[in-house]
Amino acid sequence: MEPVISTNGLVRRFGEIVAVDGVTLEVYAGEVFGFLGHNGAGKTTTIRLLNGVLEPDDGSVRVLGLDPATEGALLRRRTGVLTENPSLEERLSARENLYIYAELYGVPEGEVTRRIAELLDDFELADRADERVGGYSKGMKQRLALARALIHRPELLFLDEPTAGLDPVASHRVHELILHMSRQEGRTVFICTHNLAEAQKLCDRVAVLEYGRIIALGTPKELARRMGQRLSLEIEVGVNGVTKALEVLQGVFLGNNEESSQDQDVIKIAGVHREMIPNVVARLTEAGVPVYRVAPSEPSLEDFYLALHGE
Amino acid sequence: MNWRAIRAIVRKDLHVILRSKMVLIPMIVVPMIFLVLFPAVMGAVINFAPLSISSDLEDFDLMLQRMPPTLQAQFDGMEPAQSFLVLMLVYLFAPFFLIIPLMVASVIAADSFAGEKERKTMEALLYTPLTERELLTAKMLSAWIPALAVSLVSFILYGVVANLVGWPLMGRIYFPNTTWLVLVLWVAPAASGLGLGMTVLVSARVRTFQEAYQLGAVVVVPVVALVIGQAAGVIYLSVEFTALLGLIFWAVNAVLIWFGVRVFQRGELITRL
Repeated sequence: MEPVISTNGLVRRFGEIVAVDGVTLEVYAGEVFGFLGHNGAGKTTTIRLLNGVLEPDDGSVRVLGLDPATEGALLRRRTGVLTENPSLEERLSARENLYIYAELYGVPEGEVTRRIAELLDDFELADRADERVGGYSKGMKQRLALARALIHRPELLFLDEPTAGLDPVASHRVHELILHMSRQEGRTVFICTHNLAEAQKLCDRVAVLEYGRIIALGTPKELARRMGQRLSLEIEVGVNGVTKALEVLQGVFLGNNEESSQDQDVIKIAGVHREMIPNVVARLTEAGVPVYRVAPSEPSLEDFYLALHGE
Repeated sequence: MNWRAIRAIVRKDLHVILRSKMVLIPMIVVPMIFLVLFPAVMGAVINFAPLSISSDLEDFDLMLQRMPPTLQAQFDGMEPAQSFLVLMLVYLFAPFFLIIPLMVASVIAADSFAGEKERKTMEALLYTPLTERELLTAKMLSAWIPALAVSLVSFILYGVVANLVGWPLMGRIYFPNTTWLVLVLWVAPAASGLGLGMTVLVSARVRTFQEAYQLGAVVVVPVVALVIGQAAGVIYLSVEFTALLGLIFWAVNAVLIWFGVRVFQRGELITRL
């Protein structure tokens, strides 16, 4: 299958700083691809390079079969970008904002009004479509920016920190919309984020970027599995049982690679072998510790990411 | 050129301007002061305190003698008060008119370029299919068209005020003369371009509307020089001089646009956001 995005040794420097340092990756049609990294890791610069807004200093890049550096205008007709800042004209209404971008992207004139109305409905903005955007909440602005990125029905969508600064409800709504665009409409989505739970929930594959270099690439499960077959374990023992339980657990895990932490009456242990769980429960009950809950969980993308960064 | 997209940006910028008091107020207040209030006060003074006292007449004669002979010839056959009125409202006030296209173009361009950065709306525009040339054309038209419109309206207003206040003395419509027509149709569009070109260059380097507007205000210097030059009797806005002035402005515009095109590059713009 021909990749939608293909880069090979992509490099971009700003003076002495190497913002993107030899990035090589492929993204396929219909995929939700996550680009993870700290602030300043080079995620936004990569989006700019992939859209022909910046030119690379070295390496090659093809997006939708086009060279962004020389065919940028043509390419940008087929991509949509949600910038980290919603980048909306706050003195204009939502409808006016969408109308301008419909014109800029060359949406057929006969379709503009209908398409705007559809997007306003889909993104639950129809009731306040004619109010100035300056009075919108952050979540509404983000939804409007997402609607704007979709006004020309792009084949490839770039989302730069799509839920940054949103409350959990607004984030959840944006997640639903992204999944809908990918699963129902078959769009390819390239998400830059440092929200690991978000990446785990939405992405088919992720790349972890550090100082402009990709240091890991795979599905969230594959990456998490690199942590080994060990699990995280939460044991709720009651406030009075904590001290005793910690003594018992020290005896059980002595000499192994587990790490424990405690939050009131819940003890958390990372890096536990599955086979050890019955033994742990038995030793605790034998010692008279009341065990109210035992919750094992597989390593997450977050565990992998933190391990990768030595945390 | 994608004219549909260019029109969309011009329309957007005009909508945004019309909803910004910071941009709208100077566009209304400055023409009202220079082209309505000043000539009205001047006309009232000449009408209600005519040059009858001998010392006033002597002062005016001295002033007139400093003027170039070709200008003095314009007043042949006129009463002293009529000469004074024409000198003030037709010649000495003419450079003030140029402040309007310069100022309007500078304010709008500052809002359109640096203001767009400040409001963080430029980035989304840079991700659209517009080429740099289309974007620059759209942005320049967004400032140039309103500057011309405001200049034209200001000229009409000034013409009405000048003729109204001059009627008791002149008894006829004496304004505009050929110099003013050249000024409005040839120099004012060039002056708009001057304000615009300078602000585009400045806006590429600054981040806020205020910075761009303040630095762009340097283009008023030639207008101040004209005011002083005329008052000192060194120059006067004859038809030929005014036409030459326009030509110089257009030439400077061409240089500014040449530099502007080089500064207005996507990569440069996005890294300075």
